[in-house]
Amino acid sequence: MALDQLVMTKFGETAGEEMILNMGPQHPSTHGVINFVVHADGEVMKKAVPQVGYLHRAIEKIGEIVTYPGFMPYTDRIDYLAAMFANEGYALAVEKLLGLTVPPRAQYLRAISCELNRIASHLISLGSMAMDIGAVTPFPYALRERESINDLLEALCGARLTYNFHRIGGVGFDMPDDWTPLCRKWLDHFDRILDEWDRLISFNEIFVERLAGLAVIPLEMAINYGLVGPNLRASGIEFDLRKAHPYGAYPDFDFKIPFGKAYAGAYRGGVVGDCFDRFYVRVLECRESVSIVRQALDKFPPGEFMAPKVPRKIKPEAGEAQSRIEAARGEMAYYVVSDGGERAYRVRARTGSFLAMGIIEELSKGLMIADLVALIASLDVVAPEIDR
Amino acid sequence: MSALTFEQIHQRLAGKFGEAVGPLQPAKKDPFCTFAPARLLEICRFLKSEPDLAFDFLEDLTATDHPKLNLIRVVYHFYSYPHRHMFIAKAEVNRQISEIDSVEQLWKSANWMEREVYDLFGVRFKGHSDLRRILMPDDWVGAPLRKDYSEAGGYRDISNVRDNPLDLYLSMDRELKAQQGAAQPAAGSQSAAAPEQHAAPNPPAKPGA
Repeated sequence: MALDQLVMTKFGETAGEEMILNMGPQHPSTHGVINFVVHADGEVMKKAVPQVGYLHRAIEKIGEIVTYPGFMPYTDRIDYLAAMFANEGYALAVEKLLGLTVPPRAQYLRAISCELNRIASHLISLGSMAMDIGAVTPFPYALRERESINDLLEALCGARLTYNFHRIGGVGFDMPDDWTPLCRKWLDHFDRILDEWDRLISFNEIFVERLAGLAVIPLEMAINYGLVGPNLRASGIEFDLRKAHPYGAYPDFDFKIPFGKAYAGAYRGGVVGDCFDRFYVRVLECRESVSIVRQALDKFPPGEFMAPKVPRKIKPEAGEAQSRIEAARGEMAYYVVSDGGERAYRVRARTGSFLAMGIIEELSKGLMIADLVALIASLDVVAPEIDR
Repeated sequence: MSALTFEQIHQRLAGKFGEAVGPLQPAKKDPFCTFAPARLLEICRFLKSEPDLAFDFLEDLTATDHPKLNLIRVVYHFYSYPHRHMFIAKAEVNRQISEIDSVEQLWKSANWMEREVYDLFGVRFKGHSDLRRILMPDDWVGAPLRKDYSEAGGYRDISNVRDNPLDLYLSMDRELKAQQGAAQPAAGSQSAAAPEQHAAPNPPAKPGA
């Protein structure tokens, strides 16, 4: 549909004072190729309508064309900032179909790699959120730490972004011999960095006041619109799939679930579910992830890293299974339907970003244009995960 | 505040709606049951509002295509945050008519997910506030995730067939050699010592290099 048609169907005749602005698809703060048709009256938005699909690569269709193990590298491309989770979710769904049990060592390797990946993903999210609002300094700090995680993960699985590390029945490689001390050293270093991060940006008065009370998502609205993960928790619910429906090695670990508590402070206008809560919940989650990786390294079990007797040709009997995992952008669910053949009958990836985009149209009413940038950044949407 | 099992939830529904709720399918990993499309909205409203069910979260809405049965199954995954239990239901629609009630009025998250199913499966949702294509371009023809979908030759004069780069390279190489062969007699006497070197030193630029 051409833009003028869209404007007519969406907004009707425009009044004299109102403006239609296109934000994106090539815009530095849309976090990928997304277009917003902003309907503004001066600086105040009447509505911002997201247009997605620029990065649609038909990944679900590809899932019906390639074999079960052959789809694993494609899952990496669903979310390039947190590819481990996409791997894990798909592996869990197919394992559920096959009735495979994954050895403990593989489960621990999955947990370690996922939690490191969560930190890396949150670092990008936090850094770019600060940068979108105008604080450029924290972003390189975040990128520097992420580089170290990329190095660690590269040592673990040979890739820096698209890992293809988790396999159906286990993980691709065992942990290298000298990896544990490297990881521990970095975790000790990162503890101090998180404190520094808080001093640098989280408790920066200008930053906190900029985000306090901005774009508040009440809990009921968040659930109704299908928000998941940190975005949902920031609205004040203590819900985490790792605790509520534990999978893999997570029952073994002791960790807290950070959730929104109006961290900005009531005297600054902070409300549960505002942009600052979404920011600070992620900082706290990084701390929890560090603790989980430490516990996993302490308890790291011996044994195999791949289930024995994983058939070379994977042919699950007809049926369907869904796996739900707590990814960096919230709940990621794979729904895999098998008809007994070598290829899946249907693969569906439910991602957090897709529905997080759905809330923007409603939430943008009455916001300033500059606040739209803060809102998008605080929801931590990633374009390939929206479009798949 | 207690989670119900699939069977318990199914019994509640079957007791209330009778025939409209199909039997619980034998659990092949994930059990599910079918809802009669005509009463879908009513059942969903019951699922959401009943205090001991309280499915406040439409976790996933997708579809599967079955050309042999002439059916599209719209799949609903419900989840309840207060009780932490889950339920899976399917509603079957005819492939040709492919129309079903929208549940957007109950769960706003259905807005985008139904748009996605409309886009990729061609199922129309009655009562949807903004039923447009979401991932594919608005003038795209066909529903790509249907099993009998075949790609058109291209989109807006953009071909979706790509020549093999190697063939392209070889044909360019042949052309160049033919040109050099034509030019050879004029300058040939000076480079007679190494006639083979002409082809090798300056190959045509590789496409995409």
